[in-house]
Amino acid sequence: MSPTGPLTDDGLVQLLTPTGERVTHPELEVWAADLTPERLRAMYRDMVLTRRFDTEATSLQRQGELALYAQCLGQEAAQIGSGHALAPQDHVFPSYREHGVAQVRGLEMTDLLRLFRGVDHGGWDPADHNFHLFTLVIGSHTLHATGYAMGVQRDGLVGTGDPSRDTAVVTYFGDGATAQGDVSESLVFAAVNQAPVVLFCQNNQWAISEPTTKQARVPLADRAPGFGIPSVRVDGNDVVATYAVTRQALERARSGGGPTFVEAFTYRMGAHTTSDDPTRYRSREQEEHWRRRDPIDRLRRYLEATGELPEVFQAELAGEADAFGEHIRTTVRSMGRPSSQSMFEHVYATSHSVVDAERAWFGEYEQSYVQHDGAEAGGHR
Amino acid sequence: MPTYQQFPLPDAGEGLTEAEIVTWHVAVGDAVEVNQTIVEIETAKSLVDLPSPWTGVVSRILVEPGTTVEVGTPIIEVDVDPSGGALAGSPAGTSDEAPAAEPAAAPAGAAPHGAQAHRPHASRASEEPGGSDEVEAARDERAGGDEGSGAVLVGYGVADAGSRRRARATAPAAPASAAAPVAAPAPAPAAAPAPASTGDGDGRRHALAKPPVRKLARDLGVDLDSVHGTGPGGIVTREDVLERAARAEARTLATYPGDDQPWSASGAVTPDGRQTRVPVRSVRKRTAEAMVTSAFTAPHVTVFHTVDVTRTMKLVERLRADREFADVRVTPLLIAAKALLIAVDRHPEINASWDEAAQEIVYKHYVNLGIAAATPRGLVVPNVKDAHRLDLLGLARALGELTSTARAGRTTPADMSDGTITITNVGVFGIDTGTPILNPGEAAILAFGAIRQQPWVHKGKVKPRHVTQLALSFDHRLVDGELGSRVLADVAAVLADPAQALVWS
Repeated sequence: MSPTGPLTDDGLVQLLTPTGERVTHPELEVWAADLTPERLRAMYRDMVLTRRFDTEATSLQRQGELALYAQCLGQEAAQIGSGHALAPQDHVFPSYREHGVAQVRGLEMTDLLRLFRGVDHGGWDPADHNFHLFTLVIGSHTLHATGYAMGVQRDGLVGTGDPSRDTAVVTYFGDGATAQGDVSESLVFAAVNQAPVVLFCQNNQWAISEPTTKQARVPLADRAPGFGIPSVRVDGNDVVATYAVTRQALERARSGGGPTFVEAFTYRMGAHTTSDDPTRYRSREQEEHWRRRDPIDRLRRYLEATGELPEVFQAELAGEADAFGEHIRTTVRSMGRPSSQSMFEHVYATSHSVVDAERAWFGEYEQSYVQHDGAEAGGHR
Repeated sequence: MPTYQQFPLPDAGEGLTEAEIVTWHVAVGDAVEVNQTIVEIETAKSLVDLPSPWTGVVSRILVEPGTTVEVGTPIIEVDVDPSGGALAGSPAGTSDEAPAAEPAAAPAGAAPHGAQAHRPHASRASEEPGGSDEVEAARDERAGGDEGSGAVLVGYGVADAGSRRRARATAPAAPASAAAPVAAPAPAPAAAPAPASTGDGDGRRHALAKPPVRKLARDLGVDLDSVHGTGPGGIVTREDVLERAARAEARTLATYPGDDQPWSASGAVTPDGRQTRVPVRSVRKRTAEAMVTSAFTAPHVTVFHTVDVTRTMKLVERLRADREFADVRVTPLLIAAKALLIAVDRHPEINASWDEAAQEIVYKHYVNLGIAAATPRGLVVPNVKDAHRLDLLGLARALGELTSTARAGRTTPADMSDGTITITNVGVFGIDTGTPILNPGEAAILAFGAIRQQPWVHKGKVKPRHVTQLALSFDHRLVDGELGSRVLADVAAVLADPAQALVWS
C-alpha cells in the first residue's frame, strides 16, 4: 500500500506473515510465549464462529429479520487476538462492531442481535461478562471507558501485584472515531490520570465512505504520544501479534503503568452496515488485495503448516458452525416484542416514585386496548 | 403435505419503502437452501442480493422481474416440506385439515420435485369440489399466521400493530356506549381465513378502513371489500375509495381486441382503454433527470463531418485475423474510441467539466471513456477507467467487459461515475448520425454513425468507399467552435487513415 501517511506498513508489528509464516520480534516474543497450539486452535475456533455469526446476521437482515447489521468481516484477528489477552476482571467498552470480542467474552451471541432487530436498547447485562453495551454514537464510549478506568484506579484495583485483582479497561473504536473530539478528550484524561485503559483502535481504513487518508496525514498511532500516551501499530490481521501487543498493553495498565494506544491496522472487508454500498466509493482491486490477506486464512495456513489443525478438529468445527448458524436463525426469528413495561426498568438503579407512577399509568392505558376476546394487543407474548 | 412459506420483500436499507425485482436466480421447481441467493433487487440505494430464508422447493414466483413492489409484498413462495406426506414432521397447524385422501396422493408425487408436489392437489380438486380452496386457504393461513406468531418482522411489524390497535375497548368511564362505536372494525387479517367461501377462493378478507373512509364509501355506493387498500397494512384509504368510484363510472372501452390490456407489464390501462400509463422509475427516471440537467444547463453545439473510413475497415479486418486479438471483439467502434483518445491527447482541453458552484473549469488528467449502451433495463453509460493508459488490445478487452457487464444488467454506480468524455454508437441502429446530448459533467460526446458503401471521390475517381458520419456535441460554456472542430477533425483523420495515429503518438 502507500508508503507514507496513515496507511504505511512501516513500524507494523507482525508475528505471522500473510502466508502464515511465524516470524520473531525481540521485544514482543515473550508476550506470545503462552500461545500453545491448543490456545491457537481456540482462537481459530472463535474466528470461524464469529464469521459464521456475521454471515448469518447479514442474511437475516436481507430476509427482513433485522433492521440493520454491522459486519466485522476481516477484523476477526484484531478482535479475537485482543479479546484473548483479557483477564476475566477486565472491562470492555465496545463500539458496535465488536462481535469477535463478544464471542471471546462468552456472551450469548444472539443477544447482540436484539439491538439490531430493534426489540431492545441493549440486549445483555454488561456486568455478566464485563462487556459493556454497544455504543452507536461514534467515540463517546471512550470517555465512559476512561472514566471507568479512573474508577478502577480509585478502587485500588491497580498495581496491587495480585493478578486476580489488578484490572484493566479496554475500549474499541475505529479510525473515524479518532477524528472525534470525545476520543481526544479521552486521551487527555487517560494520560493525565495515568488511567488503566487500553485505547484499541481498529483502523479498518474506512469511516463509512471516508478513507483514512482523508482523516490523517500520519499513522493514527502517532497521535497518542502528543498526549503523553505510548502507542504501537500492529498488523490487525495477525491474531498472534495482536494478542501479544494487547497483552503487553493490558499488563502495563494493570500494573499502574498507565494507558496505551494500540492501532490495529486491518481492513473492513464488508460494507459499513447493511445500508451501505461500498462499490460506490472503493475499487474491486482494493477489496481483492485485502481478501488475499484474510486473517482467518493466515492462522489456518500456520496451523496447517505446523500440523496442528487435524481434520477431525476442522470437521467438528464445521459442524459446530452449522449448528451455531441454525441456532442464530431460530433464536432471532422467535424474538418477540419486548414487554412495554421493560422500558421503565433501567431508568434508575433503585425504585423511583415518578417512574413507578408513569409505569402504572402506562399499564392502565395499555389495558384499555385489550380486545374483547381477551387477547392482549401489542404486549409481550 | 407441502408446507408453503411466502417471503415478503424486506427493507434492505433503513427506511426504504419499495424495491425493483431485477433478476430471479431460481425458477419454479428449483430446490433452494437456506441463505442461498435467490433474487437480485434494486433499491433506491443499491443492487442487493437476497438470500432464501428456508430450505425447500420454489413453488411460485410471485413478482416478475422489472416490477417495483412495496416492502412487505410476498415475492416468492417456497414449499419447505416438498417430500410430502411428512405429517409428523411438518409445523403445527397442518394436521387438522389434512384430508384422508392425502396418503394416496403421496406416491404420485414420489419424484421429489416441487412443481409435481403441487399437482396432486390440483388434480384432486376436480374430483373433490372445494379441495383446491382448502389448499389455498391453508396456504393463506400459514402465510398470515407467520405474522400472527408474535415475531416482529422488521419493516412490516408496524402495520400489524396498527391493525390490532383498532379493537380498542371504550374507556371504563363510558360503559354504556360500548357496542355502537366499535361495531365497524373488522377482524384482524390473520384471523380471517374462514370466510373464504365468498367465492374467489383466495381467502377473501374484510377491508380495513377508518370510519370517515367507511362513510365515504357508503355515500358513494362503493363496496369496501372490493377496494384494494394501499395504506399501511393494506388499509383502504380515502384515495383508494375515490379511485374505485371513478373506475366504476368509466367503463373500459375495448373497441379493438387487446385494448383493455396494458402494452407494458409495469403499466396500467386508463379507464377509457386508449392509453397505457407506466410509472417513471429506476433507469428511466435517472436518464430523464440526467438529460434534463444536461440539456438545460450546457449550451450544446454540434459539428458534423463525413469521412471515408475504408482504411479503418481494412485495419479492422487485419486485426480480426491477428492472433493477438483472437479473444477480443474488434469493431470499428474500437478504432473510433482509440481515435477519440488520440484527439483528446492532442487537445486535452476537451476533456473537462464546468464546475458551476466553484466557478471553475476542471481539466481532467485522465480519460474515463464513456460508452452509451442500450440494455434491457434502459440506457446506461458505463465508462472505461483510465482509458488513456490502455493500448489497443487493452482497450478492446475493456470495451468487451463493459458491454457484457451492461448487457447482463450488472453495471454498478461506480462503473458509471466520473466519466470524462463519451461515445454513442448510433450506427449500430443503422442511423447516419445525430445530435447527442452530453452526459452530465462532461464537455463533449461523439456520435458514431452507420458505415455504408457510397460513391466517393477517391484519388480523382468516383469509387465505392466505406463512408460514415461523425458528430461531436460540446458544451459551449467551456469549448469553443475551434476546439470542438479540431477534435472532430482529428478523430476523422485517424479513421480516414489509421497510420495518422503513428504520426501523432
